[in-house]
Amino acid sequence: MVSDDEHTAEEGADTSADEVDAGPDHETRYGAIVTDSLGDVVLHVDRETYLATMTAAKDDGFDQLIDLTAVDFLAYAAPRDLPAGVEPERFEVVVQLINHDRGDRVRVRVQVPADEPVVPSLFDVWPGSEALEREVFDMFGIEFDEHPDMSRILMPEDWVGYPLRKDYAVGSIPVQFKSASNIR
Amino acid sequence: MTAERVLRRGDDSAVLRLSEAAAAEIGNDPDTMADDERVLLNMGPSHPSTHGVLRLMLEMEGETVLRSKPVVGYLHTGMEKQAEQLSFLQGCTNVTRMDYASPLFSELAFSLTTEKLLGIEVPERAVWIRMLMCELNRMSSHLLFMATNGMDLGAVGMMIYGWREREEVLRFFEMVTGLRMNHNYIRPGGVAADLPDGWEAEVARILEITEPRLEEYDVLMTGQPIWRERLQGVGVLNADEALALSATGPLLRSTGYAWDLRRDEPYLAYDEVDFDVLVGTYGDCYDRFAIRLNEIRESMKIVRQILEKMPSGDYRVQDKKVTPPPRVRIDQSMEALIHHFKIFTEGYKVPAGEAYCAVESPRGELGVYIVSDGSSTPYRMHVRGPSFINLQTMPHLMKDGLIADGVAIISSVDPIMGEVDR
Repeated sequence: MVSDDEHTAEEGADTSADEVDAGPDHETRYGAIVTDSLGDVVLHVDRETYLATMTAAKDDGFDQLIDLTAVDFLAYAAPRDLPAGVEPERFEVVVQLINHDRGDRVRVRVQVPADEPVVPSLFDVWPGSEALEREVFDMFGIEFDEHPDMSRILMPEDWVGYPLRKDYAVGSIPVQFKSASNIR
Repeated sequence: MTAERVLRRGDDSAVLRLSEAAAAEIGNDPDTMADDERVLLNMGPSHPSTHGVLRLMLEMEGETVLRSKPVVGYLHTGMEKQAEQLSFLQGCTNVTRMDYASPLFSELAFSLTTEKLLGIEVPERAVWIRMLMCELNRMSSHLLFMATNGMDLGAVGMMIYGWREREEVLRFFEMVTGLRMNHNYIRPGGVAADLPDGWEAEVARILEITEPRLEEYDVLMTGQPIWRERLQGVGVLNADEALALSATGPLLRSTGYAWDLRRDEPYLAYDEVDFDVLVGTYGDCYDRFAIRLNEIRESMKIVRQILEKMPSGDYRVQDKKVTPPPRVRIDQSMEALIHHFKIFTEGYKVPAGEAYCAVESPRGELGVYIVSDGSSTPYRMHVRGPSFINLQTMPHLMKDGLIADGVAIISSVDPIMGEVDR
């Protein structure tokens, strides 16, 4: 078993080394830095260029937003696989786009600081982002600027806290019930 | 109608963007809505036609739905948070409980993503077993849709017929995986067990039974004037709207947009089997019904080819890192026992990185996004549930329709609430 563990650690180190090597060639697309993650195209943007990049991607034929989610890197143990020039922040909003005509996909990763977790909404570019952005707001407390209905979606409206943040404990929490007295 | 309708933000949009607290206020003070005939109506979460616990807030004028809002979360149990506590080996037991009508697809998407991070390739037989099980699962899932769709629209007999055929498939699943649902059968590295003796005969029997019964469905529903009248022209969506709202699966295909990951981004061995991607013309409830009915036939076509082409060999990868030793070795060797124990207690470490893999589930694109930090549990696991995202189309489908058609629309979007709420 000991040898197995060593094998695991070696492989982990190999992979991250590969990614660091792939990073600094600084290819850009729609104004964003491009990296490769296990064969997938990843675009790294900051909040200022996010909307411009997304609009450019839409104009280039990325006709559907497939997925939008977030990651909280507060307790991340490994080195972050970000290219030079991208400042790591606590949160990352991750968007998957698809171009049906070319059969092409990209993943866009946006760095979002913990002290001001606000990102422009993609609602005006792809209205399908509405529910997904509400879910990210509900679970991570990241707000989407100009979103038509920035409210909780899975948790009760009056819930306190953001469950998928890494500092939100797992375990026994007294169940909050919505006050149901005045609903007919 | 164009995508403009979707994009509108104002009061005339299809989506009722009203908080539950504000809705309760309106309920308490009838004067707020007294200026016209508009009523705010609550439907669900416990309503026989809402497929579990979907709640709808409907703004009505007479019997016509103006705006609506699906209210979800009643089944939310924090499964994505739970996934961060479970090892990669245990992960499948968690995701399989999301879309409980097609559990094998969630297991498959999770396993493919984990394998991508691990950089392992599963043996050919495991690939074909996965394909066989998924296509049978697609059949059982669509048969369940036939049953509930019939029931929702008053063809109560159909409920029994759909479940009767689905039961045959579930019986086969029980034979292979030990369980009728929540199988935990497809795992990173392959599948949990090889197919049992006599599986070919059992699969052939299912195909033989199902074939003529689909003809009976045609008589009962497809060609029947009442059925057509009830579904045709109801809940219409066009391709631009479906793309804009991130809809996938039969919902997108019903608009005439041919997109199926099995054909367009082949995974497993879908590029080695022959099947057709079915599309609709009008994007209405009838098209969605017809697509699902005929997708059962396409799945049967694929299953027949798998019966012929099933390769022999190993059903899981022989990589000591992810695969426990065979049962007999545990009795003979202390090292094998320790190896087994370590895999099932600590799990295996997955290299740091991020990956996304998607499969075509019966409801659309089911994707799993995993971020690993090199430990034996996912740092973050996100599931792109097609039911959750397809639900966004519901207000647009219902707009300006009758409330009685709303039942047909909920049914034809076919949301599985376990996957919506996760």
